[in-house]
Amino acid sequence: MKRNGIFFWIGATLFLAAALLMTQVIGNQYPFFACYVILQFIVLAVAWSILGGYAGYVNFGTSAFFGMGVYTAVFLLKAFDAPLAAQIAAAAAVGALMGFALGLLTLRMQGIFFSIATIAATIVIETSITNWRYVGGSAGIQLQRPMVTEPFNNYVQMLFFIQALLVVLAVAISRYIQNSWIGRGLQAIKDDELAAECTGVPTLRLKLLACVISGALMCAAGAPAAMYLQYADPSSAFNLNYSVSVLAMSLIGGTAHWAGPVVGAILLGATQQLLTVTISSEVNVLVLGVMLVLFVVAAPEGIIGLIRRVLRNRSEGKE
Amino acid sequence: MTAPETQAPLLRVAALTKRFGGFTALDNVSVEIRPGERFGLIGPNGSGKTTLINCISGAFRTETGTVVFREEDITRLQPHVRTRRGIARSFQIPRPFKSMTVAENLLVALDFASVGGDFILAAQRRDTVMSILTQMGLASKADVSATRLSQVELRKMELARAMATHPKLLISDEAMAGLSSSEVDEVLDLLMSLASRDITIIMIEHIMQAVMRFSDRVMCLDAGRIIAIGTPSEVMANQRVQEAYLGT
Amino acid sequence: MDLLLDAVVTGVLLGCFYAAVSLGLSVAFGLLDVPHVAHPAFLVLASYAVFFLNERYGVDPLLAGLLITPLFFLFGLAAYRLYYETFERRGSDAGVRGIAFFFGIAFIIEVLIILQFGVDQRSVTATYVGKAWRIADTRIPFRLLVAFAVAAALTILLTLYLSRTFMGRAIRAVAQDQEALRLMGVNPIRIKQWAFGIATAVLGIAGALLIIVAPVEPTLDRTYIGRTFCVVVMAGLGSMTGTLVAAIILGVAETIVLTLFGASWAPAISFAMLLGVLAVRPQGLFGRRS
Repeated sequence: MKRNGIFFWIGATLFLAAALLMTQVIGNQYPFFACYVILQFIVLAVAWSILGGYAGYVNFGTSAFFGMGVYTAVFLLKAFDAPLAAQIAAAAAVGALMGFALGLLTLRMQGIFFSIATIAATIVIETSITNWRYVGGSAGIQLQRPMVTEPFNNYVQMLFFIQALLVVLAVAISRYIQNSWIGRGLQAIKDDELAAECTGVPTLRLKLLACVISGALMCAAGAPAAMYLQYADPSSAFNLNYSVSVLAMSLIGGTAHWAGPVVGAILLGATQQLLTVTISSEVNVLVLGVMLVLFVVAAPEGIIGLIRRVLRNRSEGKE
Repeated sequence: MTAPETQAPLLRVAALTKRFGGFTALDNVSVEIRPGERFGLIGPNGSGKTTLINCISGAFRTETGTVVFREEDITRLQPHVRTRRGIARSFQIPRPFKSMTVAENLLVALDFASVGGDFILAAQRRDTVMSILTQMGLASKADVSATRLSQVELRKMELARAMATHPKLLISDEAMAGLSSSEVDEVLDLLMSLASRDITIIMIEHIMQAVMRFSDRVMCLDAGRIIAIGTPSEVMANQRVQEAYLGT
Repeated sequence: MDLLLDAVVTGVLLGCFYAAVSLGLSVAFGLLDVPHVAHPAFLVLASYAVFFLNERYGVDPLLAGLLITPLFFLFGLAAYRLYYETFERRGSDAGVRGIAFFFGIAFIIEVLIILQFGVDQRSVTATYVGKAWRIADTRIPFRLLVAFAVAAALTILLTLYLSRTFMGRAIRAVAQDQEALRLMGVNPIRIKQWAFGIATAVLGIAGALLIIVAPVEPTLDRTYIGRTFCVVVMAGLGSMTGTLVAAIILGVAETIVLTLFGASWAPAISFAMLLGVLAVRPQGLFGRRS
């Protein structure tokens, strides 16, 4: 356990150092544009799995949290000309509050009812934003990037590095939860909620906690997207595609381990980038759908599950 | 109550009524259970036994009546709070945490139910788990997935998990159903040994010999009402109990 | 006031149409417990099939709906078989992965429609599309009347089917107690598969109504997730008359909000009602289950 922890933090530091180095060495913009999206999806998928994976509550409201992150940033920018860091911090706070409220409303429901309720909440929130003139209404709003801060010489590079920081934060939190009593409690809830409750697990409180953490991270991941696109409109910020992509990434990677969503997001995110550029964004969605169905049918434990099975078979083979 | 009251009851259920729609599952049930007692609960199928323990453990909310545990009114408390107060249960159909090993199943209880669980070192927790598993005869299965257990092992694991919450009151819901006669004896001996360690036990059971051998006192429910309560032989001799069971 | 009366009349008609598109889900989700989030996608698919027959061969939309019904029945049989083999039979975790499965299917259907027909809105031509019937000051479009009449007939037929025929009663029984049926020597899986086929077949007609009432686009199913689930959950899972009543409530609520606050709030109505019902009375307003 202890040694694992040291390796993890060395890895995280190396990852950040590499990201920083990239921004200093590579002059071409495109890699940052593409990698930013992948990093964003890693944060979303990891955050989603805290409730959706560990506790087994399939949240279709990813786009609600993401969109709220975008619009928190838009609002702060328009009203106070707030700096990026403040936008992200505020988005995290909004996401936590939203997770709490939404959780109170929906976490007593089980299975599909919870999932449907989260879709419903997403559309209701989206419609409210669409009718909010101040942030642009349904037509959307153009945004101006401020000057970039040192040591970055380009705004997208800075956004890329910030999203990399969020990745480390999200993964560290998810990893901590998985290895702690919180994770064990969530896993017990996923296995059998009544038995968990009767074994002393405060199920509602624990689910709320997961929903709050997950929501805060998803909202925070959405905040920089406003500056990334320099534009925001409700139907793209709250697009259900985010929910399904993130669901697909988490399930394909596997939700039993924090690394699952990371693997899934890198794999699917990269494929998506490639397909969108080379073929079309429709085919990209098609591939997403087909992969999701295939994995859910054929490899329910995801890639992590497949790896574990191979390892187990090998170790049993040795005995 | 036949025996004189020497000390306050551990559990007092007073005028409990539970309805599902128009169906009355429990009708004005009152009973007191003394500390250290071995209490048998019998009755035909659908007589309200499991409903009663669901009301005691908190899985069901009750319309009227109170549940008092260790002189505290727990009627409105959530199940996990009741578990922390010292009420543990097993389930009629075992409900293991399937994605975990046997030891991990018990760790959930240690993490959440026992006082000061957060501060115990990992090694100590492992010791606690192993000592409970050893008592239950499951030590060799500690690192086996809960899905790979046999029926009797599942029953024992449920009891072990309940024990890991450090209960004052253990409710065993048909822990012997579907077991062979030698396995029934095994589980019965386990419950006996737990009872000898200052744990009050309510045992729901269909296997009459087991109930008779185990219980200090037996209560028989029929259609949500108490039709008899007393020593095992008194209850067995009761006319209405015989009618309820034989259906005459 | 006239405006409000207008809204109520239109709302009732619209409501009956909503009932028609929700009936299948009422069977699939309400009676069979299948987390069928792809139901609205199937519906839109049916609309496009009707569009294809109408544009290419000039088939009347309603007739086209009838023509594709057998195909959709077979499609439903296959879909349930796949769902059953991969999830229900394996048991564990069916809920979570089942939802993900149907969501994936819905997305695949959406994209296939886009690849075949493009993202533009599509509509059908028929004599009754575009005309209206005037009573006093109220103008009732023919297409809504047609939808109303067909929807009412469909609801009655399905209700009769479920209560009067052997198969219908078996379907209701399978929702109540699968084991009892098994003991009677009936294979519950066969019954459920049949029921899912019926639920999907009904979508043939419903899809025709959808494209008669208004033009369709590939992502229209997302709006209808709210509408159909709102109706089915509000109805109390699996009740056909409840479905009709709930759909009318939704139809009237939508038209009134549309009249008072404008179209931009319309998409949220069904979802807000759904959320409200789920939060307060998850068993539905006319609940079958406790």
